[in-house]
Amino acid sequence: MTLLDVKNLGVSFRTNDGDVNAVNGVSFSVKAGETVALVGESGSGKSQTAFAIMGLLARNGTSTGEITFDGNRIDGLAQSDLNRIRAEEIAMIFQDPMTSLNPYMKISDQMIEVLTLHKGMSKSEALNECVRMLDAVRIPEARARITMYPHEFSGGMRQRIMIAMSLLCGPKLLIADEPTTALDVTVQAQIMDLLSDIRRDFGTAIILITHDLGIVAGACERTIVLYGGQIMETGPTRDIFARPSHPYTLGLLKAVPRLDVDHDILPTIDGEPPNMSALPQGCPFSPRCTFAVDRCASDRPVLSQHGIIHRACHREAEAVK
Amino acid sequence: MTPFIIRRLAIAIPTLLILIIFSFLLMEAAPGSPFSTERGVPPQVLANLEARYGLDQPLWKRMGIYVWNIVTQFDFGPSFVFKDRTVNEVIAQGFPITVTYGVWSFVVAVAIGGTLGIMAAVYHNTWLDYLAVGISVGAQVLPNFVMAPILVIVFTLWLGWLPGGGWQGGQWQYIIMPVIALSTSFMASIARLTRSSMLEVLNSNYIRTARAKGLPMRRVIFLHALKPALLPVISYLGPAFVGMITGSVVIDVFFSTGGIGQFFVNSALSRDYSMIMGITILTGALTIFFNLVVDILYAWIDPKIRY
Repeated sequence: MTLLDVKNLGVSFRTNDGDVNAVNGVSFSVKAGETVALVGESGSGKSQTAFAIMGLLARNGTSTGEITFDGNRIDGLAQSDLNRIRAEEIAMIFQDPMTSLNPYMKISDQMIEVLTLHKGMSKSEALNECVRMLDAVRIPEARARITMYPHEFSGGMRQRIMIAMSLLCGPKLLIADEPTTALDVTVQAQIMDLLSDIRRDFGTAIILITHDLGIVAGACERTIVLYGGQIMETGPTRDIFARPSHPYTLGLLKAVPRLDVDHDILPTIDGEPPNMSALPQGCPFSPRCTFAVDRCASDRPVLSQHGIIHRACHREAEAVK
Repeated sequence: MTPFIIRRLAIAIPTLLILIIFSFLLMEAAPGSPFSTERGVPPQVLANLEARYGLDQPLWKRMGIYVWNIVTQFDFGPSFVFKDRTVNEVIAQGFPITVTYGVWSFVVAVAIGGTLGIMAAVYHNTWLDYLAVGISVGAQVLPNFVMAPILVIVFTLWLGWLPGGGWQGGQWQYIIMPVIALSTSFMASIARLTRSSMLEVLNSNYIRTARAKGLPMRRVIFLHALKPALLPVISYLGPAFVGMITGSVVIDVFFSTGGIGQFFVNSALSRDYSMIMGITILTGALTIFFNLVVDILYAWIDPKIRY
C-alpha cells in the first residue's frame, strides 16, 4: 500500500542572486512500513525534499508538484491542517541533535506538549506515555531524567530523545534527516539499530536522508540517488550497490573507503557540486561525468526502467562501469 | 544562587570605593570651584567658605571624611550650591520624581518596543516588518530635546490637552509627556534588539523542531522562542532601566519636573562637589544592583547558567 506519493516535486528559493532551484521534478513513493534512502552529496536537494513534504521550507522557498499522503493531498494545506499531519502522521528528526532540542525547556515540557496538544491527554497521562517512550528508545532512568534539560544529555542521548519525541503520536512515516551525521561512529550504529527496531516494533515507514552509503546498505530496502535536485538512479538497495548503472552512483560507491582494498589515494568525483541557480541544460552531472557524450550537456535524460532499476542516463547501463 | 548574590554584593563595596576615588580625582583635576563667580570673591571670604566646607583640608583627608560620613551616617554632605540643603535632601526630593516617570517610561518602552520587535521578526520582510523597523528608526533618530518641544507644541499649544510642565505631586497629566519623550529612543533600541534576536531564534534548529511537532505558531513564538530571544534584550534592559529611573536633564529642565536628572549636568557645571558625588554614587550603586538583577534573570531563563 502506497503511504507517500511525491509527484514531480520542485523546490525553489528566491534569493538576491536569482532563483535557486534546489529540487527539480523529483517523483517517488514510499510504501507503509518501508525504509527508503535518499542519498546524495550536499546541495543535492535531499533535505529540501523532506522539508517540502513537511511544509517546513524556509520563508523564501516555494514548492510545486503533488504530495499525496495516505490518499490525501497534503501540499498547499492550511497551517492548522498541516500541524495535524506533522507529528500525528509524519514526524521528522534532524541532523544536529545538539541544537534540535530547545535548550531552555525541560525534556518533559517539550515532550508532553505533543501529547496534550495532539491527543488531548492530561499532563500526568502524557508524562507516563513520554517516560514509556523514552524507555523504548533505551534512555536509562527515564522517569528521573525526563525533567532534565537537553544540555545534561550527550549527543547520542539527545538524538534518542528526538526519536522518542517524534514517535509519541504513532506517526506512519518518520523522516530522518542525516540522523547520525553529527554523532560518533559507535553512537551512529546504536541509533541505526534503534531506527530498525522502531520500524519493526511500530511498523513506521522511514525515509532516511544521508550521504553515508555505509548506513544505507544495512538499513534501507530501496535507495534513491539524488544529484542537482533530480533523481539519478533508484531501485532496490541491493541491486544498486551490486551493480550501479549510473555514473554518479558508480562514483559515489567508488569513493567509499574500503578496508579490503589497498588505496593509495581515495577515489573522488572530480569537479564541484553544481551551482543550483545555473544548472546545465542537460544532465546536471554531465560536467563531472567521465562517461558523458555530446548530448548529455544539452538533453536532459528522463528516468527510465532498466530491469529492476530506474535510471536517468543517456549511456547504456552496460557501458557504465 | 544565594552565595553568588552575597559575593556579588560584597564585590560592589570595593567597586563603589574605586568609583568614589576616581570621581574625587576627576573633580579635583577640573579647574574652578563652586565659589568662583565672574566678579570674583574677596580672598578672605573665599578662605572662610573653603574652611566652612572643609576645602582647605588636603585631598586624602577630605576623601576619608567623605567616605566615613557615608559609611557611618549615610550622609552625603551639604550641597555647595543650595546653601541650606543637604545632598540627601535634594536626592530624597528629586529621585522619587525621576523614578516615577522613569518606571513608566520603562514599561512603555518594553511594551511597545518588545511588541514591535516580535512583530517585525515574525512577519519578517513583510510590510509589518518594514513598518516596525520604520517606526523604530524614526524614534531612534528623534532625540528627546527635539521630541519634548514637539510634544509641547502639539499637546499643549495646539490641542491644549496637557500641561506644558510642572509635576504637581505626579498627577497623570504631568507624567505623560515626560514619559513619551524619555521612552522613545529606549523603545527604538528595544525594538531593534528584540527583532534581531527573535529572527535568529526563529531560524534556529529547535524552532524548526517545534514546528515539525505540529505546534501552532502562537505557541512556537511565545513558549519556545520568546525566552531565548529576550536574553540579549535583558542585558540591555539592566543599564537602560538605571538610565531611565535616574531621569534626564532634558526632561527635567524642559518639563520643570524637579527630578534629579538635571543635576547630572548642573552640579558638574556649578562644581557642586558633594552633589556630583551623590549623583555618581547613586547611579553607580543602581547600575551594580540592576546588573546583578540581569544576571539573576539570565540564570532563571538559561538552565545552562548556574552560579
